[in-house]
Amino acid sequence: MKVGLFIPCYVDAVYPEVGVACWRLLRHLGLEVDYPAGQTCCGQPMANAGFEDKAVPLARKFEEKFAGFDYIVAPSVSCVAFVRLNYERLLAGHPCATAAKAMDIVEFLHDVVRPAGPLGRFPHKVSLHNSCHGVRELGLSSPSEQHIAPFNKIKDLLSLVEGIEVVEPERKDECCGFGGMFSVEETAVSAQMGLDKLRRHIATGAEYITGPDCACLMHMAGVAKKQGLDIGFKHVVEILAAGL
Amino acid sequence: MSTSHSIKAKAFLKDGKYAEWHDATFWGVRTKRDNMAFGLDEWEQLREKASAIKRHTISHLDEYLEQFAVNAEANGAIVHWAADAAEFNKIVYGILSGHNVRKVVKSKSMLTEECEMNPYLEKRGIEVVETDLGERIIQLKGQKPSHIVMPATHLSHDEVGELFEEKGISDEIGNHDPTYLTYRARLSLRNEFLTAEAGMTGGNFGIATTGDIVVCTNEGNADMSTACPKLHIAAVGLEKIIPDYDCLAVFQRLLARSGTGQPTTTYTSHFRKARCNDGEFHIVLVDNGRSSWIADPDHWEALKCIRCGECMNTCPVYRRSGGYSYSYFIPGPIGINLGMLRNPQEHSGNVSACTLCNSCQSVCPVKIDLGDQVYKWRQKLAEYGTASKSKKMMCDTMSRAFGSESRYNTATGAAHLLNNMPHGLVHCGLNPWAEGHEMMKFPKKPFHKVFEDLEKEDKE
Repeated sequence: MKVGLFIPCYVDAVYPEVGVACWRLLRHLGLEVDYPAGQTCCGQPMANAGFEDKAVPLARKFEEKFAGFDYIVAPSVSCVAFVRLNYERLLAGHPCATAAKAMDIVEFLHDVVRPAGPLGRFPHKVSLHNSCHGVRELGLSSPSEQHIAPFNKIKDLLSLVEGIEVVEPERKDECCGFGGMFSVEETAVSAQMGLDKLRRHIATGAEYITGPDCACLMHMAGVAKKQGLDIGFKHVVEILAAGL
Repeated sequence: MSTSHSIKAKAFLKDGKYAEWHDATFWGVRTKRDNMAFGLDEWEQLREKASAIKRHTISHLDEYLEQFAVNAEANGAIVHWAADAAEFNKIVYGILSGHNVRKVVKSKSMLTEECEMNPYLEKRGIEVVETDLGERIIQLKGQKPSHIVMPATHLSHDEVGELFEEKGISDEIGNHDPTYLTYRARLSLRNEFLTAEAGMTGGNFGIATTGDIVVCTNEGNADMSTACPKLHIAAVGLEKIIPDYDCLAVFQRLLARSGTGQPTTTYTSHFRKARCNDGEFHIVLVDNGRSSWIADPDHWEALKCIRCGECMNTCPVYRRSGGYSYSYFIPGPIGINLGMLRNPQEHSGNVSACTLCNSCQSVCPVKIDLGDQVYKWRQKLAEYGTASKSKKMMCDTMSRAFGSESRYNTATGAAHLLNNMPHGLVHCGLNPWAEGHEMMKFPKKPFHKVFEDLEKEDKE
């Protein structure tokens, strides 16, 4: 099984430690992983802003960079959802192999690797941030709107971590207000949503907020710092890999 | 990078306490809806079924409309066809003036709002009295609905109390108890019902096999509006026709549970014929753009909407910006989409009001792909000439940077220099991110540089 590690542009630039955690965790689980050089962005920011055409050359580049892998794994649910749900259309007329192979790392670990044994050690109380695209596009957990049997793949994985206590905030999958360009176009609503979300996470008494998407965490961290709110942020992978 | 919605939303959020109350109020409706939805094991099957029925009916609308009209006429109803808002208003005025109507009582109808019927009739000397309590309140206040199901929820009972005092509806000054105010409104409306010469209703559903109009209310005001006056006019959008009563049963289980978190509306009124021998029952079927929207492959499913309003209640942006932040008379996710179908040049300023969180399409009882449609509208703004120039510039720049490895490496490698720039320079008006956020700290080495070390570590 050949795994291609996709570290999206903003994770590369802002959260290299999350990339490191992905690499270490996947290697720890005995997987053959490669990180193709020269990868940049999947094109989602431009497409969500209304300039899908600007994403097409990036989709072509992505196809090239990630040719030949069995799975393409990334620590960012919205980037993965973008590739999976849009690339076939964006690359219309050209072969598209990546859409079907792209997986969020939580989803990949949960559904494909299925680690049985204990993973990292993280003796802290964490509040789980269920990112919208993880919930409603990739199916990482049962959406709060739907009357289906409840499940949560992130929680399942975190149960393999030693010493951890996992809680969820009230309104467990309400959006934090990042939304890519939304955060710079609808600045007031975005910041208010971020603040509301932070308050609910903090109300759980957790020391950290953890989630499957660095973009949500980056947004909330920026709002928290501006508002002087004190809580830590960790990507799920950092917790799974803690101490490995 | 602001839009018409973002500017109004910012103003809305200035009153933090009010904004918090607004958010909590509509989230409360969402919670009530969840309790109802989760009480039915077959909830998701109902949604699927409702969507399928609407898809079928809308794609065979010509047949069902004809069947409906034939059956309604066989019942003695007089059926009219209005191509647009202007024709609708003309038809209604024609019926009313033909009967020398000076006052019409009406139950809630978003279609008459869409056609701006009230001002049209009032200009021609016909008084229109809204009889749904929420609609009556905003009519007296000279406002438009801020939500399609709870049109006056943005007002507090003190505001309503003061309004009723000013209009002479309540006489105990300072008594703003909701029960008292409702009692006074009832007394005042009772008189309107008894003195009006015509009643108007909307139509939640039209049943093709029987020609019936079905109206759902909580206040019984549609019944009062049609039981007192002899003349009844029902305004119905083309997309409201459904095949039969079996289909109605599906929607009836979904509508109130989704809209207000009730198992059903208090009144579900079925109108088949004029109320008595000397009465008349007119049904005006209104197109006003709908038949052309069916041909839009990306957006035709917006026509499935049954106007429950739950997409607004669940929308985190609607709850934090209020109905008046949207330029179209229907706000929230469905309003963004219907506004764009109506007039994209005029309503492009609303498509920013979405994080693409998709809670709306996850909650929608007829499974309209509301969030996906907003995404699609955004792609078309350039074509309409309403795309933001600064946003386009930003995307062009990003696209160039991401398209070239050397440019990308230079940018990510140098990002950490921003950390040392003076705070005021980075957090200035030119950086919209800094309005709500403190800037992130960029690491000295991006991951693709760190990875070189990881590879070495691996080899050792």
